[in-house]
Amino acid sequence: MDRIKKFFSTFLLFELLKGMAVTGRYLFKPKITVHFPEEKTPQSPRFRGLHALRRYPNGEERCIACKLCEAVCPAMAITIDSEQRADGTRRTTRYDIDLSKCIFCGFCEESCPVDSIVETRILEYHGEKRGDLIYTKEMLLAIGDRYEDQIAKDREADARYR
Amino acid sequence: MENFEQLFVEIFGGEWGSMLFSLTTNLLFIFAIVVPLLLGVAYLTFAERKIIAYMQVRVGPNRVTFFGIPWLRGWGQPIADAVKAIMKEIIIPTGANKFLFILAPVLTIMPALAAWAVIPFSPELVLADINAGLLYILAMTSMGIYGIIIAGWASNSKYAFLGAMRSAAQVVSYELAMGFALVCVLMMSQSLNLGDIVNGQQGNSMLNWYLIPLFPMFLVYLISGVAETNRAPFDVAEGESEIVAGFHVDYSGMAFTVFFLAEYSNMILVATLTSIMFLGGWLPPLDLAPFNLIPGFIWLLLKIAFVLFFFLWFRATFPRYRYDQIMRLGWKIFIPITLVWIVLLGLIMQLPESMRNSFPLNIWF
Repeated sequence: MDRIKKFFSTFLLFELLKGMAVTGRYLFKPKITVHFPEEKTPQSPRFRGLHALRRYPNGEERCIACKLCEAVCPAMAITIDSEQRADGTRRTTRYDIDLSKCIFCGFCEESCPVDSIVETRILEYHGEKRGDLIYTKEMLLAIGDRYEDQIAKDREADARYR
Repeated sequence: MENFEQLFVEIFGGEWGSMLFSLTTNLLFIFAIVVPLLLGVAYLTFAERKIIAYMQVRVGPNRVTFFGIPWLRGWGQPIADAVKAIMKEIIIPTGANKFLFILAPVLTIMPALAAWAVIPFSPELVLADINAGLLYILAMTSMGIYGIIIAGWASNSKYAFLGAMRSAAQVVSYELAMGFALVCVLMMSQSLNLGDIVNGQQGNSMLNWYLIPLFPMFLVYLISGVAETNRAPFDVAEGESEIVAGFHVDYSGMAFTVFFLAEYSNMILVATLTSIMFLGGWLPPLDLAPFNLIPGFIWLLLKIAFVLFFFLWFRATFPRYRYDQIMRLGWKIFIPITLVWIVLLGLIMQLPESMRNSFPLNIWF
């Protein structure tokens, strides 16, 4: 009896019709695609995007050239040169991040003792020719200046858990 | 029409004039078939992407528009794809046989387009109203396989060759089941002329279509049609996940596009043949006022679109068949079913007239 039942259900394409009913139903379901440039998915305050170098409120750059980020960087994307400045403090003369090497692990941000190098929420950046994705100290500082409000707010939100 | 023929005769002289006239009209008719067909192919790819996307809860192509008109978002996609394909380079591999490599796409698309000559779009609208229309269709659709085999051979690549072998075996097996299914149709209609086949389905309603008395044959024909055109779930010839892209793995640019065009125009052809032979061609579903006022051409288009939707639906639903399962389905299931049905149909048709008329609700025999 079971075999006869199975024979008929195969022969009448029952299973295939069941499958087609499923896809047929899905044809009319609301679509879940996020239309990217117009709509965006929510981001966590811990989002790890493009890097930035921050300044203190008085305008002094935070980075003290301790080179912990350079040491911890698993992709060796960070290159730092440092010198003594006229007022006797140690400062970076060169701070390059090669974003084509960077894996956005966030170790640089975690290792930084003065919260200088941070990763922002920016994810829509691009380079148009070779070398465009090597970000220099000036560029990173400029990003930090521009998005300082957002960066400070994100650190504030995450401070309890750090 | 008469005046134009007169004009040709006056310009070129009696014999040449009428010959050139028929040549010109035929060429114009061919253009009137092929250009909408290729446009249809372009928008079939769009429909395919959209429908499959919708079944997968995505939205599909929705960016390219014409002149930035927002409600046409996505409708420019086939045009953009075509322009891209034309711009690309046709790479001929070093080890390939150049002549055969170029010949293969031509051989694939030629029968796919040539078969359209005998398709009746409405009672009068047919390019070549020949008596052996069905035979011509069978011959033409079987020709397409040569292109695939030659493409696989000329590429000088094992993936292409494997794809070609698979495709050859598959198409040849399903050709048989398809042919037997069509034998049933021509037993019912007593004619090989496609126009007569449609006329044989004339009646008061869609109950007269061969769909009802030949329902199993309809299914066999539809499934064999999917297999013939190497579409999912019978696309082992392409088999992206196993043999990369099968027979056209080494083709690029326009040469690849020609294969693509051939595949999709074959799809439309099979859908058209299904509508003509089982769904009553240009006949309206009900012979009543609102339905039979719509021209038959529109009904045929609607039926083609309906069958094509099923092709896309199959592709969105079913996983690819394994190779031995395809062979089992073709040889061990379809051919016996069709043979039994042919014998059954023959017996019914050989019954004396009085006995046939005593069947309850019989409108077919």
